[in-house]
Amino acid sequence: MIGRDILGIEGLSREDIETILETAERMQEIGTREVKKVPTLRGRTQINLFFEPSTRTQTSFEIAGKRLAADVVNFSVSSSSVTKRETLLDTAKTLDAMDPDVVVVRHKVAGVPHRLAEVLEAPVINAGDGAHEHPSQALLDMLTVREEKGHIEGLTVTIVGDIAHSRVARSNIYGFRKLGAEVRVAGPPTMLPAEIEQLGVKAYTNLREAIEGADVVMALRIQMERLEGACFPSVREYAATFGLDRAKLRFAKEDAIVMHPGPVNRGVELAHELADHRPSVILDQVRNGVALRMALLYLVSGRGGPSA
Amino acid sequence: MSRMIVRNGRLIDPSRDLDIEAGRASLLIEDGRVAALATDGEAIPEEGAEVVDAEGAWIVPGLVDVHAHLREPGQEYKEDLASGGTAAVAGGFTQVACMANTNPVNDDPSVTKYILDRAEKESPAKIRVIAAATRGLRGEVMTEMMALREAGAIAFSDDGATIMDAGVMRRVLEYSKMADAPVVVHAEDCALRAGGVVNEGPVATRLGLPGNPAAAEEIMVARDVRLASLVGAHLHVAHVSTAGAVHTIRKAREAGLRVTAEVTPHHLTLTDEATEGFDTSTRVAPPLRSAADIESLRAALAEGVIDVIATDHAPHASYEKEVEFTEAPPGMLGLETAVSVSLALVRDGTLSPLEFVRRLSTNGAKVLGLEGGTFREGAPGDVALIDPEREWTYDPAQGFSKSRNSPWAGERFTGRVTATIVDGRLVYHIDRGVLIR
Repeated sequence: MIGRDILGIEGLSREDIETILETAERMQEIGTREVKKVPTLRGRTQINLFFEPSTRTQTSFEIAGKRLAADVVNFSVSSSSVTKRETLLDTAKTLDAMDPDVVVVRHKVAGVPHRLAEVLEAPVINAGDGAHEHPSQALLDMLTVREEKGHIEGLTVTIVGDIAHSRVARSNIYGFRKLGAEVRVAGPPTMLPAEIEQLGVKAYTNLREAIEGADVVMALRIQMERLEGACFPSVREYAATFGLDRAKLRFAKEDAIVMHPGPVNRGVELAHELADHRPSVILDQVRNGVALRMALLYLVSGRGGPSA
Repeated sequence: MSRMIVRNGRLIDPSRDLDIEAGRASLLIEDGRVAALATDGEAIPEEGAEVVDAEGAWIVPGLVDVHAHLREPGQEYKEDLASGGTAAVAGGFTQVACMANTNPVNDDPSVTKYILDRAEKESPAKIRVIAAATRGLRGEVMTEMMALREAGAIAFSDDGATIMDAGVMRRVLEYSKMADAPVVVHAEDCALRAGGVVNEGPVATRLGLPGNPAAAEEIMVARDVRLASLVGAHLHVAHVSTAGAVHTIRKAREAGLRVTAEVTPHHLTLTDEATEGFDTSTRVAPPLRSAADIESLRAALAEGVIDVIATDHAPHASYEKEVEFTEAPPGMLGLETAVSVSLALVRDGTLSPLEFVRRLSTNGAKVLGLEGGTFREGAPGDVALIDPEREWTYDPAQGFSKSRNSPWAGERFTGRVTATIVDGRLVYHIDRGVLIR
């Protein structure tokens, strides 16, 4: 049974994930209507509490809420609580006093949604916390793969890039493994976190070996400003070693798909020709993101009655 | 003449390897100093004496904490010498050494004297002062160690502001020999630690928090041991947290170097898994480590390779800790829980009661060159009573510290300090509270 909050994939069971994906599949149809709105969450208030700017995720959650007829409010806080001299608890209490029905939280530090969930009356959906989890992204990725492949069990999924700093990687590792896929990660050793194998994945520093026979190859965005010169010597060398192009992709299965959480650094993680056309499914991911987030909002705030 | 008799308990004095069964020993304190210790059941005449009944408890020399942050001057909203000193005696500590990271920094004799003067008036525990090793804790220019020593400082340390320049560290160690005081180091390579806030390993990887590798501590311990060997100084390694650091210290001891070391109750009992819920009270420096590290620390403590259990009592206001994990200042409370937490090591057989007391009292006095830690005739009349069976639930809000940052809030403990005597005066009693001087 899905709990009050959606904080991470680690805490979800296989059944929870399947329930969410099935709910999302039912939501997909709403986006194809001429009038893209249902009254499910009418009268409910959804606050998108973003401590870190993320236009894509925030917009996706906003559209998802609006398609369900929720009143959506964006509450952006650009600085950390220390610079504001306000604690997280203060922020949480302030929000709570406005009686929201669901709070969507994004923060650059791991654990913030969890601490807020402890004090907020409203359920919390984690929209990405530091390098920890990004459950809605992983769920929309699973939704997309299921749509493409019909199933997830038995697939091989390779995640390429900065695993150490990636919440997308962690959530996808948990999710795809729970649904029975084999998960591999690949990147330079400086971007593979300590004892990543303990999460049940195989780690590679050789891209060819990592994508050999893969059904899904997922490239992660590289934070070039922060990491060039620290975790890899140059963007050029990174692109040459781990950037995906058609030549490298030959080692994957013939029908392999390419995914990316966006935004893509063109010519770095993905070659131009891969970013725009199949086998890349990047725009399907974005489209599915709205339906998936509608499902999450419905499941945590739309089931009626007081949240338990 | 004031007289006090402490009797009926199990008397433990590590300085003479004494562990005397309950009821056979009585301790006589006259005018604040130990006057006699009767060990074979003979009675000391009671007339005119205040009698402290220690039935059910251990009678031990007042505990000595070699590492605490009492925050005065400058951060009295977290703690001050009155609240910190009171928390100390409630935890059995009769002497506490406070670190130099106050505001202003204790890098000048005027600050040292200020702390000692204030402590004399405000603190029921005796406060000892560890002065800065370099001016402003900047790791550049050494402090006036001779003047600070004259003012009352008993050791030198930049603590959390590790001296990264090996040349400066060498000279600090070298010069400290003339001041005849140990240099205490928080050994951590700052560049290697970078932004790390939890132990680098599977837990950090799972939680997505920046990791701080054990190697950051181990490299610095190795450097400082080598420098201490080069110049022949007394190096004291604060809050050892890793198996690799233990290894280096053991080798140094085997080589006969003057290297001493401490470990905190939290590094002896909590692993990095305590951070699972992102509770910022588990953010400490150095970070909580792995189960293998704990095993190694316990073995070293039992062997005597680690001399002392020290609290690293580090109070922070609630609002400072109710923030993002990476933004929370490192540190947790320790004075009021050290005995209760560490008694786990007696129950699991790591330490005998005698060795337990040695590491919380006798050895701390020895490391810092202080009186105390003994019931020898003429020693200060400092006593703690520890009831090893007493059950209680810790609530920081009911404690004496001004702060509440403890991961043990709500913890049910077995074993507690029941009374504390400083210089022959009962300053704390569990039923009567704090009896301020």
